[in-house]
Amino acid sequence: MTGEILLDINGISKSYPGVKANEDVSFKIGVGEVHALLGENGAGKSTLVKMIYGLVKPDEGRMTLRGKAFAPTAPSMARELGVAMVFQHFSLFEALNVAENVALGMENPPPMRELAARIRAVSEEYGLPLDPSRMVGDLSAGERQRVEIVRCLLQDPKLLIMDEPTSVLTPQEVEILFRTLRQLSAEGTAILYISHKLEEIRTLCDAATILRRGKVVGTADPKQSTARELAELMVGATLTPPERKAADKGEVVLGVTDLSVDSPIPFGTSLKNVSFTVARGEVLGIAGVAGNGQDELLLALSGELKSAPDKVRLNGHAAGDYGPSERRNAGLVAAPEDRYGHAAAPDMSLVENAFLSGYLRRNLSNKGFIDWPATRAFADEVIATYDVRTPGNHVAARALSGGNLQKFLIGRELDQTPEVIVINQPTWGVDAAAAAAIRQAILNRAAEGAGVVVISQDLDELLEIADMFAVLNEGRLSKPRPVKGLTIDEIGLMMGGAHGMEVAHHAEA
Amino acid sequence: MDFGSINPAVLIASLMVAAVPIMLAALGELIVEKSGVLNLGVEGMMIIGAIAGFIVAVNTGSPVIGFIGGAVAGAALSLVFAFLTQFLLTNQVATGLALTLFGLGLSSLAGQGYNGIKPPPTNAVPFGPLADIPFLGRVLFAHDWMVYFSILMVAVTWYVLKSTRLGLIIRAVGENHEAAHSLGYKVTRVRIGCIMFGGAMAGMGGAYISLVRVPQWVDGITSGAGWIALAIVVFASWRPWRVLIGAYLFGGITVLQLNLQAAGSAIPVEYLSMAPYLVTILVLVIMSSGRGKASLNAPASLGQNFHASH
Repeated sequence: MTGEILLDINGISKSYPGVKANEDVSFKIGVGEVHALLGENGAGKSTLVKMIYGLVKPDEGRMTLRGKAFAPTAPSMARELGVAMVFQHFSLFEALNVAENVALGMENPPPMRELAARIRAVSEEYGLPLDPSRMVGDLSAGERQRVEIVRCLLQDPKLLIMDEPTSVLTPQEVEILFRTLRQLSAEGTAILYISHKLEEIRTLCDAATILRRGKVVGTADPKQSTARELAELMVGATLTPPERKAADKGEVVLGVTDLSVDSPIPFGTSLKNVSFTVARGEVLGIAGVAGNGQDELLLALSGELKSAPDKVRLNGHAAGDYGPSERRNAGLVAAPEDRYGHAAAPDMSLVENAFLSGYLRRNLSNKGFIDWPATRAFADEVIATYDVRTPGNHVAARALSGGNLQKFLIGRELDQTPEVIVINQPTWGVDAAAAAAIRQAILNRAAEGAGVVVISQDLDELLEIADMFAVLNEGRLSKPRPVKGLTIDEIGLMMGGAHGMEVAHHAEA
Repeated sequence: MDFGSINPAVLIASLMVAAVPIMLAALGELIVEKSGVLNLGVEGMMIIGAIAGFIVAVNTGSPVIGFIGGAVAGAALSLVFAFLTQFLLTNQVATGLALTLFGLGLSSLAGQGYNGIKPPPTNAVPFGPLADIPFLGRVLFAHDWMVYFSILMVAVTWYVLKSTRLGLIIRAVGENHEAAHSLGYKVTRVRIGCIMFGGAMAGMGGAYISLVRVPQWVDGITSGAGWIALAIVVFASWRPWRVLIGAYLFGGITVLQLNLQAAGSAIPVEYLSMAPYLVTILVLVIMSSGRGKASLNAPASLGQNFHASH
């Protein structure tokens, strides 16, 4: 697109104590252009868009919107000037209904009844049907995103910012979203699309700006570049995919039969008749959109949620009524998704955190006393083996960056000679190099004869490391299928398709 | 024992009066909690309102100005809580408890020399012939203006929370302060406003105790009414009209036990005086054991401090 320039960003810098989040960033977005902002976690994408949306004030540099100086001091000001934003972590209120959520994102919302009618009209027009009176807490992730998008569309934006919009969507839902975005772009709305999913950017975007460590390291025409070129620009290094040694499948080490548990989480999803088996040396990948029972499945496998004894079998022994420690003793280790607070005690040191999970299998306590030398040795071993960047083993878990802490936490579990490994979101928020290391470590353990269950929302990751593939949808687990021969379309259907939202894009027709 | 001496009309009328202080305080706390703040200092703000209202009313001779004085004093004390929790990010539970202890001590100090004085009377609103209707007249049309004001405040609170933009913002802030912040709402400012409203309502409720219910000043005059108000908010699952029901229920139990004492019940007095507090504990246990509905309606950010990260 060579039309007129909508937003011109010129030399923007922003520093936080100790970090330069953005340094001399410049790029332009044209009217109706779909512009990608590419970069790894921590590359400064979020800070940059927060400045455009008026949440953060830049230290240096200037922006112009349609030729006029643009320096929003509050989101309301940005919205007034035609900039709207869909957040990565939804800015929604679960206990309020759709119309109320939309009203909160508007400057002068009309009366509720009129607003509800407009929500219906706009959502139909763009193929994103929504019921204004439903509670947001009851909606699926895809529907929640629709609420955010409709909230933006009602204000007739000139620039729509989308921060990692597809991380919670099924492939079919992504398809619908892209159609909506193309329709918007055709109507003259520019879209700033933030993502690290390269294939999506290649299909959707007209131009791309790539950020690394806060600086623009390149621009590209995504339609003309390969995913590999983009990835290497983004990471700044060549990437090697994890290799796997062919392992022989052994006997079944974890068996789950007809497991149903109630969710202890508000607005959570209960598990319904989940059954699967994992053999030694096998990696079972469990996909699914967030909130379909992933957290509950981890709790039920780790022993935090108990069930009838014969529902979960470890090495052939009934273990459903075992608590977490008993299951650890029986050879099962688990790494939950939430690093700060669930997997680690954030204010305790790495040594203490190593002890908390490892004391049973590594014999770190002696007659009720902590064997500090052995515990320190264990922590140091994990730090060295998994390349955890830390000033020492005495620092608090909270002080580590997300990726580093994740390497430590995964390493802590993997180094307990486990027979069964259960991991939820192993590489969430972890940069590409660390993610590759974590995946490799998981595969190595499998090759040594452990049975592995990986729950993840990253399909590419699962397809890369899993032997068997299953999907959690509304608390039900599909029948595991071999990864070999699966197509993205089939996976999408297993994930529940577009959640009954295949409705026509009639505005397009 | 003589149950015949308990007149139902008088009983209902007096339970409406007994319910006013806890109803006002509970409505204030409901707004505070809806905005995501847990202020356990209701008792302290009530008793400060009670002594301030009493002093102002005695010195000006006007109970109306007394009630305003009580509200101002309650709001002023709540500002201490607001400053500590919203700017210094102290723990809300501990700060609220400290506020109660502080209020009890301060009121006792301020009340020196006000013992044994009678405050100016707050008279019943003259409804003329309406008050002469048998039963209904005694129940509905023989009260002072604060009784009607408290019911009006229930309606106002309900309307504001349900149908106004201000109410929507308060609920949004209490539900998810991060999201409210990212949409550009001033979380801290909204919360301070709500805390002050809660303080004013608690102070006014306290003033009602010292100016109408008792009416005189004695140390520790609120005797746990603030705690009952806190329980009522949970009992009402954060809904204004249920606060009305809850307050009348607790007011009823209080009045009933007084009546039973007067009627010479065989149950020892101590057990009867215990009754409202026992029922408070019982209600809280029942409400919180049913994990489902009651807990779902609790504001999701309740009791969590907010600090803007950027």
